Amino acid sequence: MDILKTLLYLFVYPGLLFLLIYSTFCEWFDRKLYARFQNRMGPLHTGQSGILQPIADIIKLLFKEDIVPEKADKSIFSALPVFGLAIVCTAALYLPVWHYSTKVSFNSFPGDLIVVAFLLSLPTLIFFLAGWHSTNFFATIGAVRVLTMLFGYEVPLLLALLSPAILADSWRLSEIAAFYQANPFLLLANILGFCIAVITLQAKLERVPFDIPHAETEIVGGVFTEYSGKKLAFFRLLSDIEMVVGAGLIATVFMAGFPGGLWWGLLNFVIKTMIVIFLLSAMRAACSRIRIDQMVSFSWRYLAPLAVLQIFIIIILKGFLR
Amino acid sequence: MEEFTVPIGPQHPALKEPISLRMTFDGEVVKHVDVRLGYNHRGMEKMAEERSYIQNLYLTERICGICSHSHTTCFAQGVEKLMEIEPPKRGLYIRTLVAEIERVHSHLLWLGVAGHEAGFDTFFMYTWRDREIVMDILESISGNRVHYAINTFGGVRRDISETQKQTILDSLSLLKQRTDYYANIGTTEPTFVARIKGVGKLSKELALSLCAVGPTVRASGIKSDVRKDDPYAVYNELPFEVCTADTGDVLGRVVVRVNELFECYKMIEFMLKNLPAGDIAVKAPRRVKENEVVSRYEAPRGENLHYIKSNGTDKPERLKVRAPTLANYPATVEMLKGCFIADIPLIFAAIDPCICCAERMVELVNDKNGEANIVSFSDLKKLASEQYKKCGNKPEPVSIAKQLEKIRRKS
Repeated sequence: MDILKTLLYLFVYPGLLFLLIYSTFCEWFDRKLYARFQNRMGPLHTGQSGILQPIADIIKLLFKEDIVPEKADKSIFSALPVFGLAIVCTAALYLPVWHYSTKVSFNSFPGDLIVVAFLLSLPTLIFFLAGWHSTNFFATIGAVRVLTMLFGYEVPLLLALLSPAILADSWRLSEIAAFYQANPFLLLANILGFCIAVITLQAKLERVPFDIPHAETEIVGGVFTEYSGKKLAFFRLLSDIEMVVGAGLIATVFMAGFPGGLWWGLLNFVIKTMIVIFLLSAMRAACSRIRIDQMVSFSWRYLAPLAVLQIFIIIILKGFLR
Repeated sequence: MEEFTVPIGPQHPALKEPISLRMTFDGEVVKHVDVRLGYNHRGMEKMAEERSYIQNLYLTERICGICSHSHTTCFAQGVEKLMEIEPPKRGLYIRTLVAEIERVHSHLLWLGVAGHEAGFDTFFMYTWRDREIVMDILESISGNRVHYAINTFGGVRRDISETQKQTILDSLSLLKQRTDYYANIGTTEPTFVARIKGVGKLSKELALSLCAVGPTVRASGIKSDVRKDDPYAVYNELPFEVCTADTGDVLGRVVVRVNELFECYKMIEFMLKNLPAGDIAVKAPRRVKENEVVSRYEAPRGENLHYIKSNGTDKPERLKVRAPTLANYPATVEMLKGCFIADIPLIFAAIDPCICCAERMVELVNDKNGEANIVSFSDLKKLASEQYKKCGNKPEPVSIAKQLEKIRRKS
């Protein structure tokens, strides 16, 4: 029975199948919102209100010609999209959705917060390697920009994620969620951290105003310039799933997780991640792309000090609560 | 990092038309720029020599898809001078009205493009949505959205009725409201301003010495506007100011264009309210006696120049068009030096380039030694006939440079 449950967990919910379906739904949601913010209609024709459009896009890409540049290292060039997809899917398993006990298991243990944060920063490395191995000028510039941005957002994101963990006295995601389910008012203490986390997640996902590594009007497709067909479809899927996992992580840490067993937990997961994605879309619609130097100085001048301030607030609050 | 040279264009997502900017980078900073033109020669001037004046009116309209009225008005003004006819007041007012509405549409379009180049797609979608209002006005006046074909020699082809006047005034008030909003966003939205402030600096002296035109030169603090300096049509009767900015950067160019929009609304309102009664056109002769003329016109992008030479027939002997974009290239090269890669599309878009309008000449460059040859028409003819003699009915690919060398050696 346990094995069956584990298999279900890995492949159906919240594993591969759910991730694929839900991430394409989130892409549709994001595209539709972005379009409505811009006074456009967005996807309209495939399925009800165009809800199947992302899936149709991916299927179309799978059938397209797959070109590998002559000078590129073929094995690495082809392996990177698969690795990237595997990494973000693995990260999704650590989210405390439908966890069955408080005892330590393969997907829930003290310190899994750090593991998820680490797994979410690996796609950045994948993007860098993809750009570097494309041997294209635009891709190389994009690759360098990916790494430069990493130095900007990674530290504020980690600091922001740590402050709720400090208050909950645990670095285990399910325990953090359980702590805030017991004391929902303490969530208000983390508002600043929540804002920082959402902004840095936007940078991690490389969306406007932080879409510097693949700025269309400057460096064509950035790191994805040379990618086409199946490999590009994998990268698209990677970005979608990364968005879901990132939103799920923020919902776990800052919005008290997803209580209520299988069905209520699912509903909780969908609503809370959609709130985060709504914020991400709104930010995407309201800003223009900033320059790479502006991005790095913005994170170190404002985001990092504010994240440290948030930790101070939490530590002082913790002293009072005792 | 070592310096390296990269061709931006002739195909690049930032460029909607083919042009090649060879850039030398040092890391993310541009060190040197080399502009290469000639990817889109359309032979318009040669075509003009084979068509009658009235046909040429519609040909010149097709030089540009955005400032189409600018080119026909510039041409019509010149030909009217050659024909020695004076259009009636009402005709001139309608011609100027369309010109100013066209300026509104061009500037709104540019604002959107600037937003898009900076990754601010929401701004792009909004301005282009409201540009539709202007397009509808133009359609209601002329029946067309892009090539209005309102001009004829000696006036205009369509009159404006009282109801049309009222609908235009109504949509104008909506446009004004909208433009207020965009003026606010374009000059205060923090991420957008961060991208355009201090970018693409062009000093007053440099702008003057490089002969920049239009909003580019006005953003460097120089009051240069053909409408004020050398008034044509009815501009000496209209209330308007020449808008300038003294920052000389892309932000300045946004400010100039936004302010010009408000001046346009002022002029359009004035023209509609004070539209004189009378005819809209006088009859024009078919043949034009031998003479030559230079016609100037302030297009949305800057000064537009047409040189027309007539020879007594109903066809011009020579038509030379200088589109404003061409005049702005030298200044663009200066602006691009020392900027970041991220600024290139913004700076280049800030002159509102219309590359295909500016392409006039073919220059053959030998790809081995970089030697350039300007081939005259007679040389080309000789080459062609020689080639045909040699190979009979099946043409073969031939190196033009080699052939030229042969011809030179013979002669």
